[in-house]
Amino acid sequence: MDFFVQQIAAGLTSGAIYACVALGLVMIYVSTDHINFAQGEMAMFATYLAWAMIDAGLPYWVAFGLTVAIAFGGGLFIQRVVLKPLENAPVLALVVCFIALLSIFNALAGMIWSYTIKQFPSPFPARDIFGNGLVSVQQLGVVAVTLIMLGALTVFFRYTTLGLAMRAAAQNATSARLMGVRVSWMLALGWGLAAAIGAIAGMLVAPIVFLDPNMMTGILVYGFAGALVGGIGNPMGAVAGGFIVGVLENLVGSYVIGNELKLTFALIVVIGVLLLKPAGIFGRVIVKRV
Amino acid sequence: MAAIVNGWAMKKGFGLVAIIFWIVLALLPMVGLITEDPSFEYYMFMGQSMLIYAIAVLGLNLLIGFNGQISLGHSAFFALGAYTAAILMTFGGWPFWATLPVAGAVCFGAGFLFGFPALKLEGHYLALATFTLAIAVPQLLKYKPIAPWTGGVGGVLLDKPEPPEWLGLSVDQYLYYLCLIVAILMFWLVFNLLRSRSGLAMMAIRDHAMAAGTMGVDTALYKTVTFGISAGITGVAGGLSAITIAYVAPDSFTLQLAISFLVGLVVGGLASLPGCLIGGAFIVLVQNSAQSISDWMKTTFALRYDVPAWAIYGVLLLLLMYVMPTGVMGGITALRQKISGRRTTRVNAPSSTVVRPGKTAGETTPAA
Amino acid sequence: MSALLQVKGMSAWYGAIRALYELDLSIEKGGVTALLGANGAGKTTTLRAICNMIRRSGNTILDGTDITRRSTEDIVRMGVAHVPEGRGTFVALTVEENLKLAFHIRRDHAEARRDMDLVFEYFPRLKERIRQQAGTLSGGEQQMLAIARALMIRPRLMLLDEPSFGLAPLVVQEIFRILRRINAEEHVSMLIVEQNAALALDLADHVYLLETGSVVTSGPSAMVQNDETLRKAYLGY
Repeated sequence: MDFFVQQIAAGLTSGAIYACVALGLVMIYVSTDHINFAQGEMAMFATYLAWAMIDAGLPYWVAFGLTVAIAFGGGLFIQRVVLKPLENAPVLALVVCFIALLSIFNALAGMIWSYTIKQFPSPFPARDIFGNGLVSVQQLGVVAVTLIMLGALTVFFRYTTLGLAMRAAAQNATSARLMGVRVSWMLALGWGLAAAIGAIAGMLVAPIVFLDPNMMTGILVYGFAGALVGGIGNPMGAVAGGFIVGVLENLVGSYVIGNELKLTFALIVVIGVLLLKPAGIFGRVIVKRV
Repeated sequence: MAAIVNGWAMKKGFGLVAIIFWIVLALLPMVGLITEDPSFEYYMFMGQSMLIYAIAVLGLNLLIGFNGQISLGHSAFFALGAYTAAILMTFGGWPFWATLPVAGAVCFGAGFLFGFPALKLEGHYLALATFTLAIAVPQLLKYKPIAPWTGGVGGVLLDKPEPPEWLGLSVDQYLYYLCLIVAILMFWLVFNLLRSRSGLAMMAIRDHAMAAGTMGVDTALYKTVTFGISAGITGVAGGLSAITIAYVAPDSFTLQLAISFLVGLVVGGLASLPGCLIGGAFIVLVQNSAQSISDWMKTTFALRYDVPAWAIYGVLLLLLMYVMPTGVMGGITALRQKISGRRTTRVNAPSSTVVRPGKTAGETTPAA
Repeated sequence: MSALLQVKGMSAWYGAIRALYELDLSIEKGGVTALLGANGAGKTTTLRAICNMIRRSGNTILDGTDITRRSTEDIVRMGVAHVPEGRGTFVALTVEENLKLAFHIRRDHAEARRDMDLVFEYFPRLKERIRQQAGTLSGGEQQMLAIARALMIRPRLMLLDEPSFGLAPLVVQEIFRILRRINAEEHVSMLIVEQNAALALDLADHVYLLETGSVVTSGPSAMVQNDETLRKAYLGY
């Protein structure tokens, strides 16, 4: 029983990370209709920046804040400068672009900081919550940060005018323009937010899996799985999906197929969801009257 | 429909260039008779790699350039072909040349099966599914229960085939001819496929799937079969790589490999057969010069660590998307169109045949 | 008689295909102008070109300011509301959200809230469906919503693209009645593109007749209404 609880706790923790990644993916998907394959590498790169800052002596939370801000700006920059010229390009060109970004970030990180793994500090003390070795403060902290972030974003999108403008721009760019919304900037904002969320995900996971340029590749795949399971057009769904995938991954890994086929498991989830229920568990089917 | 009638099918002159080209390639090893250069054998090996990548890119091109689907996971089929060949040679004692058709067939089957779920996916989603495939494969290859066959993490070491005495060729020259013959076969196959009614159907699906369907084309069947053929061709390339490198290991078949195929395809030019050869050559050249580029960058920019080949791929891909999205062949055809275009005002002018991928990764935009 | 909108020598293209040829238009303040013509005459294109939604040449001057090089969203912010062909409803948003979107560009939130009440006065049916997903509204309701959205940005000029399209005659009459009220009470000038010429001529003061991208004739609507040759040749009745 203890083992089971531990697995659930571990699953929720990884699930929180996947939820963050999924959230970033959904953000970009909802605002631009694109899937950002470079999401993981961007997050990883931001985490390295944080590491460099901490290494240079900055306190953790200062580095954290700065990194999130830089990531936000970076995301904005990428959308405005790199992607905007291609905005009417066909799907393939954009996919190629994302893959290119993926490669560049991965290689840059390796170039600047090498491929040897590094330690990344955690803001949470390494204690147990209940004193029985089952759940740690760290795990709880990760889940808490994720939920807080989700709450903030939900409020932003549902109750603020800017959030509404972003949603409108994502759904129908032409109509949004006809309401005076500067659609390009909304897209850029979406990217900025996604990059910031990714950076947070990276900084949450780095203490657990150690920092290295290939840290996020596998996690990205789980993020995809989570986003698809929950519904790629739906932020709350994506987060729920992330948690579900996290817990399932741990349970299946421990009890069924062993830890060696985890990525294959993710692959099966991805394909399965895409085939059986592409809108995901919480995805809404939008009714359109012609 | 205009876009369906591809330029190269109409150009007879092109056929002659192709024949001359292949003949030149066949004569290259003969240079070895004249030269004393010790690295000649290495150039032969490079030639093998270029041809192998060209074949792999050909497979991918069939799927993306001519049928409008997408795949970021062809490294999986390449791996499957390589391991099939390796296992047949090691455990079955099969002669190397016999493993290639099997590798092709197995990969055709795998691709065909993957084609079914792929039917429901378009654009980004299919990219996503194949991306996940590419990432899952190396881990899958290391799976302990199948290690007795796959050699686990360490992979499988093979013996390079020895050429028969009476040919008087070195090992690398022999293998070069093997790759060349297979390449000619593959290109000839695809060339004929594309000129057949099936080929027209494939391209019709790329250009406008719904219209093709209403004209009686069984879209689902064609798409799955094309996926299969595409995977099969890349699988044959994989088998060749197992033979020529004489080693297969899981970490040779990562996402990076799939990305390099994509780079080759984009550089050469989508929906262009000669482009595949350019792409294949390009990939090998970049891999080989990666170290020198890295050294140069280290000194110029005072970097501490090596620049991996894949950074170069990334930057190139990005630049290409802005500057030359139709690749080298697209650039050449556009140039030719410019020179001769004033005299012809055909809508299906050559530049429209070197396809710009459309919204569903394959429509052509009619030339102005 | 000052012109609110002046269009000079405007040509427009869809890709390489030219749709308008050196068009000249003038819309008076406070009036309703109709843009009529057969299918493919370039009516919708004209509206799109005014809003810089497609490639165009020539000049557009809004109340003395040159808006030729401005982006669509800037033109909207300057007081030109475009009710597009097909309504342009945000189908996944609620009716309320469709309208509240205008708050994004309106600094005067208090005024904007009052405008929402005003809009519901014109379109009580929308108030009934305020929290409903806009995609589930009927065609007529979506048209009302589109006009309401346009009103929410307090436009000086409203461009309407085939507001009667696909709607039942009674609904169309209701909508046109409301449009007349809006023009009179809110002092919103209008440029209406319509295939239903009789309806448009009834509402409008001034008419432009288009054929294959050029203005064939223009004048007070009474003139066109009374000219049988003109009507038969260009409007089919």
